[in-house]
Amino acid sequence: MTAAADPSIKAATTSPLAPRNAVTIVLLAVLALIPLYATLSGNSFALTLFTRVLILAIGAVSLNLIMGYGGMVSFGHAAYLGIGGYAVGILAKEGIGSGFIQWPVAVAVSALYALVVGALSLRTRGVYFFMITLAFAQMIYYVAIGLDRYGGDDGLTIYNRSQFGGAIDLNNKTLFYYVCLALLLGSIYLVARIVNSRFGLVIQGARTNERRMRAIGFPTFRYKLVCFVIAGAMCGLAGALLANLTNFISPALMHWTRSGDLIVMVALGGLGTLFGPLIGAVAFLLLEEGLSRVTEYPNLILGPVLLLVAIYAHGGIEGLLAGRRDG
Amino acid sequence: MAETLLRVEGLTKRFGGVVPADAITLDIAPGEVHAVIGPNGAGKTTLIGLLSGELSPQRGRIHFDGADITRSPVHRRSRLGLARSFQITSLFRGFTALDNVALAVQAHRGHSFRFWRDARAEDELREPARAALARVGLAERAGTHIERLSHGELRQLEIAMALATAPRLLLLDEPMAGLGPEESAQMVRMLRQLKGSMTILLVEHDMEAVFALADRLTVLVYGRIIASGGPQAIRADPAVRQAYLGEKENSGTSGGHG
Repeated sequence: MTAAADPSIKAATTSPLAPRNAVTIVLLAVLALIPLYATLSGNSFALTLFTRVLILAIGAVSLNLIMGYGGMVSFGHAAYLGIGGYAVGILAKEGIGSGFIQWPVAVAVSALYALVVGALSLRTRGVYFFMITLAFAQMIYYVAIGLDRYGGDDGLTIYNRSQFGGAIDLNNKTLFYYVCLALLLGSIYLVARIVNSRFGLVIQGARTNERRMRAIGFPTFRYKLVCFVIAGAMCGLAGALLANLTNFISPALMHWTRSGDLIVMVALGGLGTLFGPLIGAVAFLLLEEGLSRVTEYPNLILGPVLLLVAIYAHGGIEGLLAGRRDG
Repeated sequence: MAETLLRVEGLTKRFGGVVPADAITLDIAPGEVHAVIGPNGAGKTTLIGLLSGELSPQRGRIHFDGADITRSPVHRRSRLGLARSFQITSLFRGFTALDNVALAVQAHRGHSFRFWRDARAEDELREPARAALARVGLAERAGTHIERLSHGELRQLEIAMALATAPRLLLLDEPMAGLGPEESAQMVRMLRQLKGSMTILLVEHDMEAVFALADRLTVLVYGRIIASGGPQAIRADPAVRQAYLGEKENSGTSGGHG
């Protein structure tokens, strides 16, 4: 990662009235009120759209942990969305409908996959790491296509959302939305704790200067690997949520373009910032949605917008709001 | 403790046809300041790389306090008490001076699989880090982001990072690199204060500094030791005068590669 693209971690200590914090607070308030708006206006599509935003934001938060703070630019992060989703779908098809089993399995299998991929890829850096993570994700993608019993290329319909006994009925869209919101905030809080802990400082040190980390006595590989596994597990949960939202899984869940989308969300919002991935996910998905209504080729506009962000706002939206220009 | 802290025997490193370390043998006693000098390209930085573990030799052995560390990875050597500073300042961007040094302390306080507690609030890490900063004269700059430190201050911070790991042998790779005369003098004063409490292997271009600090010297030319001994003997050695001290004019401010 070049010096210019390097995120800065200093941002955490600014005044609560700074524009970036104000935007975050307003955004959280809006997110909290979406179900109310959807009920009052009868616009249930907004609720579905924003549930999707929250879920992919969890994926972006997890990617930001390894990419923004750890400097590990993975181009295979959507694999975890797929693994989490397939864990739910396969268990549902085999008659295991309990979320208490489905979700932990989604998380555990994702963590295991991350352990294998990380162990094999984290010895490499930069573009090689990028390519290896992509290769593994493609492999998983084709494995999913080969799963005839679970729909192969066509995908698989999930007839029942994950069951959590009487208390939590995920078929209630509003409740499901708030479950996703709570899990998103929980993952942001988790990342906030991690990045300021001893472990988090090691990860950030390994991003800015791995050679020095070794020289002062850190075996960096094992820390990066654990970080990679945490991020994978977190994104696996997002995959389980996504399967519940759409009641459907297919290999498209983990298409490589989706990995690209996650990277764009993180970069757009601001690498290595706590709320950047959320802001990026909201901006990206709403932009995509809005543009697809006015034009048949939303990428024709989305592309240049992202290009401008890449050229002029290295800190992403968070960086712009903080008045920081590293370029 | 062994009588020699570091013993290097027949250490050889080849890069294709270039041999920056050719059968290097040297001993460093505890408490000694041992300087390695030599013209550009003599293999000084290669020697530091071999000793710190970033490079592995084709032949020869390295013993540190009686243990063979020839094949030990960098981080393990650091754990054993071998610390190095870098010729080109090598720190953690985005962090304060204190954060940088505290990370070095943290490396030697057990494992870092601690995910919850705010590491910046741990006295166990911050206090030794403050002490190391004070030792190099940077106490007042603890809270400053390293992007705002002067070059001289960064060089001091380099030393503080190495000190913070509580080393038993300090490998200093051109600590005066890029410093003006005044800053160099300050660095020499600081290193002189370390002398006695610390064993140091000093690679340096600045001859004045070397002769002010070193107990013993080793002179490298093209990867080979051409002389070794006390400052007086080295000054008088004809081979050294011919190979190296003859270019003394260039040695005041340095920054080249060794």
